[in-house]
Amino acid sequence: MTRMPRWADVALIPLLNLVIAFAISGLVILAIGENPWAALKIMVTGALGSSYGWGYTLYYTTSFIFTGLAVAIASHAGLFNIGGEGQATLGGLGVALICLSLPWPHWSLALLAASLGAAAFGAAWAAIPAWLQAKRGSHIVITTIMFNFIALSLLNYLLGNVMRPARSMDPASARFPEGATLPTLNDMAAGLGFVWGKNTPANISLFIALLCCLAVWALIWKTRLGFQIRAFGKSEPAAVYAGINPVRITMYAMLISGGLAGLMAVNNVMGEAERLVLNAVEGAGFIGIAVALMGRNHPFGVLLAALLFGFLYQGGGELALWTTIPRELITVIQALVILFTGALDNMVRAPVERLFARRGAR
Amino acid sequence: MDLATILQILDSTVRLGTPLLLACLAGLFSERAGIFDIGLEGKMLMAAFFSGAVAAITGSVLLGLTAGVLSSLLLSAIHGAASITFRGNQLISGVAINFLASGLTVLIGQKWFQLGGRTPPLSGDGRFAPITLPFAETLREVPVIGPIYYELISGHSILVYVAFAAVPLSWWLLYRTRFGLRLRAVGENPAAVDTAGISVVRMRYAAVMICGLLTGLAGAYLATALSAGFVKEMTAGRGYIALAALIFAKWRPVPALGATMLFGLLEAIANRYQNIDLGGVVLPVQFMQALPYILTVVILAGFIGKATPPRAGGEAYVKER
Repeated sequence: MTRMPRWADVALIPLLNLVIAFAISGLVILAIGENPWAALKIMVTGALGSSYGWGYTLYYTTSFIFTGLAVAIASHAGLFNIGGEGQATLGGLGVALICLSLPWPHWSLALLAASLGAAAFGAAWAAIPAWLQAKRGSHIVITTIMFNFIALSLLNYLLGNVMRPARSMDPASARFPEGATLPTLNDMAAGLGFVWGKNTPANISLFIALLCCLAVWALIWKTRLGFQIRAFGKSEPAAVYAGINPVRITMYAMLISGGLAGLMAVNNVMGEAERLVLNAVEGAGFIGIAVALMGRNHPFGVLLAALLFGFLYQGGGELALWTTIPRELITVIQALVILFTGALDNMVRAPVERLFARRGAR
Repeated sequence: MDLATILQILDSTVRLGTPLLLACLAGLFSERAGIFDIGLEGKMLMAAFFSGAVAAITGSVLLGLTAGVLSSLLLSAIHGAASITFRGNQLISGVAINFLASGLTVLIGQKWFQLGGRTPPLSGDGRFAPITLPFAETLREVPVIGPIYYELISGHSILVYVAFAAVPLSWWLLYRTRFGLRLRAVGENPAAVDTAGISVVRMRYAAVMICGLLTGLAGAYLATALSAGFVKEMTAGRGYIALAALIFAKWRPVPALGATMLFGLLEAIANRYQNIDLGGVVLPVQFMQALPYILTVVILAGFIGKATPPRAGGEAYVKER
């Protein structure tokens, strides 16, 4: 069969998938008696119309870049890491333990240590499913799902019984010390002499996320390990035949993946909440799946998709504020994006391929 | 611990184990035919919502049940289309279905009832009433056997008995009929089934639809028998526990009964006692809640027996390349 041109594969098909997903989302809005056009306008003004909206949009984007990259790198190794939620939860635990352990003198030291802690805890939580997959052949999808629930119970126990300060009622850790407060984008803009995004949580970890995009890109396409990961993901028997150690690649890919998911906690736990609360991840681990699918597992694609989902999240919040449309509309849109860009991809791909084949034959 | 307490715990074991059992059998049919289904949770949730909502509107639990099963079948059809017809990734399709159900139930619920995603409380004919089996009242005074019969075996809603009957029925269907043989074969070696002149696509759709029917019953049970109405996210991970039970049971119907009842027992104990004191060592309630998942990981790791999934599971069947 004639191959499709590259632009069609990289841009046209994802775009078509997305258009279908959003068209159906529009129909859903219509079906619950609201105007999709008006809804879209509220979302755009709410999320992108002011520096306040952008401040939130970029805050969500930061989280989704981390979890999206986590899913993407595992996908390159042919592994479906559905455990970003649990790994990010554990990352939060790492951040909290480090932030609370010392009276940090300066945020930069705290950020460095907390990033390492977050990545280490996230990676450790991914290590067990990875080892079980590599050594015992236990299906990683099932084990990472189980580990999401185990992480939730673990955190529930720790926050309720161990980390909760005396005389406090809600299951949350103590507030982090002053020195562990990360500069927000608002602070940084103020340092440069202008006002931007007052009272928004977007913070310096956005830049860590962007660096991670770059690092993942370099890792996958510019290093020997990245080549091995891709080879392993394309065909395990071929990779093994070429002398690539499957246990090693599975472990590396999942440790990096878990570490990236864990790093998300620097944004939401250290940058925003400044204490560890239950359910701090709020589904960002799962959104990583949609983000990676839409971004075709490429770091730049992940960045764009994370921005789109950041917009959807902030816009969805605004919708819930100004209309009767509940926030859960975003969950529906997310589901449709996953369905059409992931599971039903062939539905769009096959006709487009046929179209190109016919043009090529002529 | 006296007999009455034990009976109470076992009674709630049966109540809490029933939705797990139905969902587990649902997953069993699908996965035995080679279609992974991590969308059990979403289908249950959708069915719970529509059964609760329609029962609240019409006042008839049977109409509610029908609506619930239909909604679950619809999601099954989407999963079937994605994973059989369009050969998409079955896991991703399952994830999408879970999100779809999670969002749509609240969206529609808010539109219909304006109660923040829940449905109005059900009463009377809107719920499945407990059934008192014959002689339960008269035998109640007989020591030991009487209370067991009265408390534990009698007094459940019809769906509980349906779930328990579904176990031998599934066993018979899978292991003693031509349909069952073909269904299992399609999950192990679809090419062989195809060579024998049987449609792989049709067999797999049949399995996925049986799965939808059973998750529909499970969801309807949650909203119209176990509780009196739908609450946002009311499945609370039961679909995943059912998946865990399926692995625990190694994809077999009779062990599925044992696994789901074990997980039901764990939930019943966790609900009744906050922390369990085992002579010095205190087991926190969160440990009990996590135990089904921990046990499943241990089983999956192959340290206690080996759980081998159907061989063609998760792979789309391509007739010609």
